[in-house]
Order: sequence, then C-alpha cells, then structure tokens
Amino acid sequence: MATDEQLSAIKNSKVLMVGAGGIGCELLKTLALSGFQDIHIIDMDTIEVSNLNRQFLFRQSHVGQSKAKVARDAVLRLRPYINITAYHANVKDSQFNVDFFKEFDVVMNGLDNLDARRHVNRLCLAAGVPLVESGTTGFLGQVAIHVKGKTECYECQPKPSPKTYPVCTITSTPSKFVHCIVWAKDLLFAKLFGDKNQDNDLNVRSSDVGTSLEDSQDVFERRKDEDIGQYGRRIYDHVFGYNIEVALSNEETWKNRNKPRPIYSKDVLPENSSQWNGNVRKDGDVSAMASLGLKNPQDVWSLAENSRVFLEALKLFFVNRPKDIGNLTFDKDDQLAVEFVTAAANIRASSFGITSNSLFEAKGVAGNIVHAVATTNAIVAGLIVIEAIKVLQKDSNNYRMTYCLEHPARKMLLLPAEPFEPNKSCYVCSETPLSLEVNTCRSKLRDFVEKIVKVKLGMNFPLIMHGSQILYEVGDDLDADMVAIYSANLEKVLCELPSPVTSGTMLSIEDLQQEFSCTINIKHREEFDEEKEPDGMVLSGWTQPSAEKNKNEPAGNGENTSNALPAEETENATGKKRKLSDVSKATTSDGSGLAESGNHNQLESLDEDDDDLIMSDNLESLTKKKRPL
Amino acid sequence: MGGDEEQLTEQETALYDRQIRVWGADAQRRLSKSHFLVHGMKGIVAEFCKNIVLAGVGSVTLVDDRMVTEEALSANFLIPPEENAGRGKTLAELCCDSLKEFNPMVLVSVEKGDVSTFGGEFFEKFDAIILSSCSLVKKKLINQKCRKLSKRIAFYTVDCRDSTGEIFVDLQNYKYSKKNIEETVDCQLEYPSFEEAISVPWTALQRKVSKLYFAMRDCSSATADVPYAKFLF
Repeated sequence: MATDEQLSAIKNSKVLMVGAGGIGCELLKTLALSGFQDIHIIDMDTIEVSNLNRQFLFRQSHVGQSKAKVARDAVLRLRPYINITAYHANVKDSQFNVDFFKEFDVVMNGLDNLDARRHVNRLCLAAGVPLVESGTTGFLGQVAIHVKGKTECYECQPKPSPKTYPVCTITSTPSKFVHCIVWAKDLLFAKLFGDKNQDNDLNVRSSDVGTSLEDSQDVFERRKDEDIGQYGRRIYDHVFGYNIEVALSNEETWKNRNKPRPIYSKDVLPENSSQWNGNVRKDGDVSAMASLGLKNPQDVWSLAENSRVFLEALKLFFVNRPKDIGNLTFDKDDQLAVEFVTAAANIRASSFGITSNSLFEAKGVAGNIVHAVATTNAIVAGLIVIEAIKVLQKDSNNYRMTYCLEHPARKMLLLPAEPFEPNKSCYVCSETPLSLEVNTCRSKLRDFVEKIVKVKLGMNFPLIMHGSQILYEVGDDLDADMVAIYSANLEKVLCELPSPVTSGTMLSIEDLQQEFSCTINIKHREEFDEEKEPDGMVLSGWTQPSAEKNKNEPAGNGENTSNALPAEETENATGKKRKLSDVSKATTSDGSGLAESGNHNQLESLDEDDDDLIMSDNLESLTKKKRPL
Repeated sequence: MGGDEEQLTEQETALYDRQIRVWGADAQRRLSKSHFLVHGMKGIVAEFCKNIVLAGVGSVTLVDDRMVTEEALSANFLIPPEENAGRGKTLAELCCDSLKEFNPMVLVSVEKGDVSTFGGEFFEKFDAIILSSCSLVKKKLINQKCRKLSKRIAFYTVDCRDSTGEIFVDLQNYKYSKKNIEETVDCQLEYPSFEEAISVPWTALQRKVSKLYFAMRDCSSATADVPYAKFLF
C-alpha cells in the first residue's frame, strides 16, 4: 500500500476529472479505491448502448442519462463517505473558469477531442494546476503529465488536426472508399434530406464555370405526386449515371486516372419496383436492411443489393419519416441514414473501381468511430492515478509519460519516458510571437478570426488588439455601438481597418476565459498557392522541439504548421481546390478511421470516438533526444 | 449468448460494436463460446473478471469460499461495503452478484469447495483457468491436471502484492499466426508446465532476471495470506 505521506496527500486532495466515458469510469473507480475523497467530474454526454462494453459504471437502464451523474452514483455505492461532485456540462462553459480550476490540486483528462483538450490545457496553465493527459484507441494508450514550467504543455508539440479532403477529390475524382463516404454523407445525404438552404457542392464538376443552379435544384426535388420508386430511380440515375457521363466528357481529368463507369438502375435492377413490405424493426426503427432481408451488417453487398438498399432507404425516409426530410444531419446512430450512406458510397465506389465495404465498416468511417476495449482504459486509468499521486507529492524527478502498446517494444508493453522540457517557442506556454503571412489588402478580418484565431489558435472568445485599439471582441456586456463597429470591422480587409493592419503590424490576441494571450507579427504577401495554401494565410513561428518526421506517418498526420494539405491529397486535378473543412467533422483529434479493406487492427490510422489517442511521438523519438527535466 | 448460431445477434453487435472493431466479429464469436474458471477473488482478479465479463465471454465460474473481511473490501470494487449485503455470503457469491450486472449475456456462477481436489472432468468444462490466492502446491496440482487432459486449457496464475505483481502463463503447445506487412506467418510456442518453470535452478537463470522473480518464489512458499509485503528495489 502507499506510504503514510502518500495516503495523507491523497486524502486531503481535491481533484478534477474531465470526462466520464471509457477512461473516466475506470479512473473514477480507481481514484475512489485509492483513497481520494474529494473528486469533481465534468461530462456533457449521455449514455449510449455502445458505451456499455467498457463504461462499466453504466447499465442498459441508464441509456440516455448523464454520464457524470450516473458514474458518481455508482461509485458512491462503493465508497459512500467520499465526496463526488458531478457536472453534466461542457467543460468549455464559462462556469469552469480559471478560479474554478485553481481550486484543484491536479486535473485529469479523459477526453475525446482536441478542442476540449486544448481548452483545459490553457486553463490549467493559467491556474497553475498540473494536468495529467491521456488517451486510448483500441489496444493503444498514452498518459502524459503537464506541469507548468517543468514539462511541456499539451500544445508544445503540434497535434494533428482532423483530416480534410479537397473538394474535387470528393465531387469528381475519388480514389479511396472514404472519399465515397464523404460524398454520400456530406453531399448526397445532405442534399436529399438536409437543410435545403445549405450550399452543396454536389453538382460541381472539375471545370465548372457557372452551371445553372436552377437545373440542379429541380433534379433533386421530388416532383408533386411523383411515385416514390420512380423518384428514387431518377436520383440514382442522375448521380450514378448522368453525373458520371458529364464528368467523363472532360478528357483532361482522366488523362492519368482510371475512368469511372456510369451506372444506371435499369441495368442493375431490371425489375420495376423494389419489394415493399415496410418492415419495421422490433424497436420501432425503420430499416431498409430489415425490409430486404439483409441480416448481417458485416456482409459486403453486391452492386444489386447496394442499389436495392439505396432505393429502399430513400423510399422509407419519404414514406415513414417525411417530417425528417429537410432537417436531417447524418447521425451514425440513425440506422436508416447509415444504410443509405453505405449503399450510396458503395455504388459510387463500384463506379470508380474502389472496393466496397460492409455496413459495419462504412458506419465506422462515416461516424468517425474509434475502436475501444475495457482493458486499455483500465490500464491507462491506473497510470493516471500513479502520476497524479506523484504530482500531489511534488515528486517531479519521477514524472513519467507512459505509452501502452499492443506489441512489446524493447520487451515492454508499458513504455515510460521522461517528459520533455517546455518548448521555448510554444506560443501557448512560452510567450513566443507568431508570424502570419497574409495579403493584407485581400483578406478580411473575418477570415483571420475564423480560420486563424478560432481554428488554429483554438480560442473561443477572442479579443484582438492592435496597440491600444480593439479591433474585435466577443462578450456579453458589450456596448451596442461597439458591437456594430466590430461587425463592420469583420467585413473589412485588414489594411482598411480603423487601425490599419499592414506588414510589420503586431496584433495581440487574447481569450479571457482561457486566460491565454499571444502576439502575431503580420507580414504582407501578395500571392498564395491555391492548392497548398487555400486559406490565403500562413501561420508560422512555432517550431517543433524535435525535428524528426514521423516515419509511420499515419494518413492524416500531415499538419505540423499551418495550412499544408496532407501530401497524398495534392493530386493533379484541374480546377479549384477548396478544402471541405468540415468534412470529417471529427469530434476527434485524429484523422478519421480509414477502413479500406475492412481490416480491424490498423496501427497506422489514428481514430476516435469516445476514447482517443494522439500518438504524437513515435518510438524512435523516445530512444533519441530525450531531454529529461 | 452466441451459442451455436453462426452470426452474432443484433444485441451483441450493438453492445460489442466498439470492441468488434478491435478484434473482429470472428474473435467475438469465439469469446462468446468460451468458459472461464476463476479462483481467488482479490483486487486484481476482480479487475480481470470485470474485463472478461464486459468482453462477452460465454461463462465465468468463480471460486472463493472465504467470508468477507475488511482487507478483501479494500481493493475489490465488486463488493458493496454495506454490512447487511455481505452477511453470510462468500467472496465468490458477492462478486458473482455484481458481475452479472455488468453484462447480462454472460453466465456468472459460483463453485464451492477445494478445486485442487476436483477431477479432470471438472476442469474439462473450461477453456481457461485463472488461479490466485492459491498455494504453490495447489497451483502445481491443478496445472498438472489440466495438462493431462486432451483438451488444451489455457492456464494462468496471477498474484499481486503491494505495487508489484506476477502473471504465469501456460498455453502448452500453442499455435498462432503472425501478420507481417507482407504475409501471414504460422508460429508455434511450447510453454513449460508450472512445475518445470519454477524448478529451474537459480544458477541456470539468465543474468538479467528481475529481482521480483526471486521474491515471488520466496513468498509463494509461505501461505497465501500475507497481505502487506513490501519489496524495496
């Protein structure tokens, strides 16, 4: 057991856990059994069936309830006399400010997204509270410790941001299954069942120049009294037949690529109408698979089966869920939506000579599902508590970063490493200014705020100042006059702002809630590469401490500096290359799971869901430049 | 519960979705047909039982006739601390009640008595045996009984003291496949029996053997009820 000093430090401590999911359940249990008596826990989610294989504090009867609260209740039954405070809330809420964080001796994360992790990192730095970070994916796990001034902060080493794909790859030249999924989910599904007022690239072609929008809108709308079966086939023929033929007519695109083949419903399904028996599943959900007698989600359907599912799912949406049409966004837990997207993606894949996938695999890709087991979370939770106890005892010589591996490396499954020193040029925990190259006469303040301040710098409530002049800020208690000025400023190009921003200007940006500030030096640049720098802005000055490249470069791990597209995506397509930046709208910090061939153990793909991992170091960097404290 | 059907049920697919993505549907099917015997319900074993029940094995049979003590409670989260709940029940019975809740699809039951006196036909029901809180003599005996059977039973012992632990594995003659980037290779391992493993004279061991190995050998020869042994390394 622990020493008396350890026991005393534990008993008198006040700790915060962020996340009550896979890691959170194990962690709360371990903390309680280890003698912690004042534990706070924040989680905004509710319990789902797929959680129950590892989040063992929850039962079937708890589905739909707050994770934080149910976890608290379950552990209080084990240790009735300790204090557990549960918050069913988003950690980014303003109630969790620096003063809140200051109350704790240590903060422990069991989160599933980059955004929240960065936010907590900044608050811990501002509050001067040590942070124990962690993540898991399948059999892989990692625990790291961040103590201000002593070790790196969470952002000292850049983390890969969610994978995005150029528009034309999705609309015209897919080469991987995931491209087909993105097309089916974010374009076709959105067009047919989502908000009609949203922009949609569905009919964009590589060399499109002003297509008549009216034409495209007519095509996808169901005509008055149009038979549902006929409507379905019309849509099918349009997207899989006609659109492909149009794309083929542009010879240039296909010079170095395999040509797709158009697919028409009459060739695949000669019979007139699909079977209609409108089978409803036991739990009341409508399902095309059930209707067609397709039982196994692990089966890979033939083109004919995919086509039947496509038409049947479409029919079921219109007949059984008419109110949903026009309001839906893709939800991986919506069986019918998953069936539709799987079928559509598979048909498109057939067209382009890409291997089809089962519903099970397709769902994983479309839903950015992270594979997860109980054991890894249990191990990681144990490691977190070990680090937390070291923190309480200020045992800094023994702080460790630990990797939990699937296969032994150097004969070890748990690989400890000493934490790195803080990165002197980390813009978050050191105070290095950054540089931004931008065309100050073309880019607007709005672009700067949205793409740089919010996305790259991760600020939620920014305050932007040029000298003593505030150019922009967000807040509840602002003067109406000021709000109007800021709105106007957003639409101005940088050099025309009331306090003009030109080459050599230094802007200071702050997020008061995160108590985080940084400086950006502006450098004017005329031209930007449309493919490599589509935002027209390049942020730099933040160098990595170790210049090693990741040799097992997972797909999607390309972003070390600002806007560089991952190398594999820069294909020789003609036409514009805008990034569909919300394409893999990951609540995950890693690239989406690319299950190309239905393979389960993909070490090289970093995925997410409830429990995540960011492997930012490869093992080689552990054996080389370790800079101990 | 999987049973004889070729495919996982809809319920299993929904519940096990995230772990099927780790080890595949085939492995999940095989798990659902496997039967485990677990002896000695201390902290580490409680963790183990939680993990395999969540994983969805066919059945788990618990053995531990001891009554609840304060020490037993300290690291075993399967036992509720209320006095009334524990009255009159053995450790195995209490853990059984809790484990059932983790996954209603797994059959969790209790076996009473000294399993080291049971015959081969008892052990034959299982695919894997995990022993803890068990003397060296008993471990040896059970391992021998398992090895005599034609059915290959995976044999594990686990012991935890303070912040150190030891796991012993005997998979007898174990054939498996290893997937490299290019190809899949068939491999085979021959495990020594428990007796063979601990009979290796210390002089014959490699030079770099963890001190833990010797310490565990030493305290194994004592009774299983030594709670707080502190090893200073």
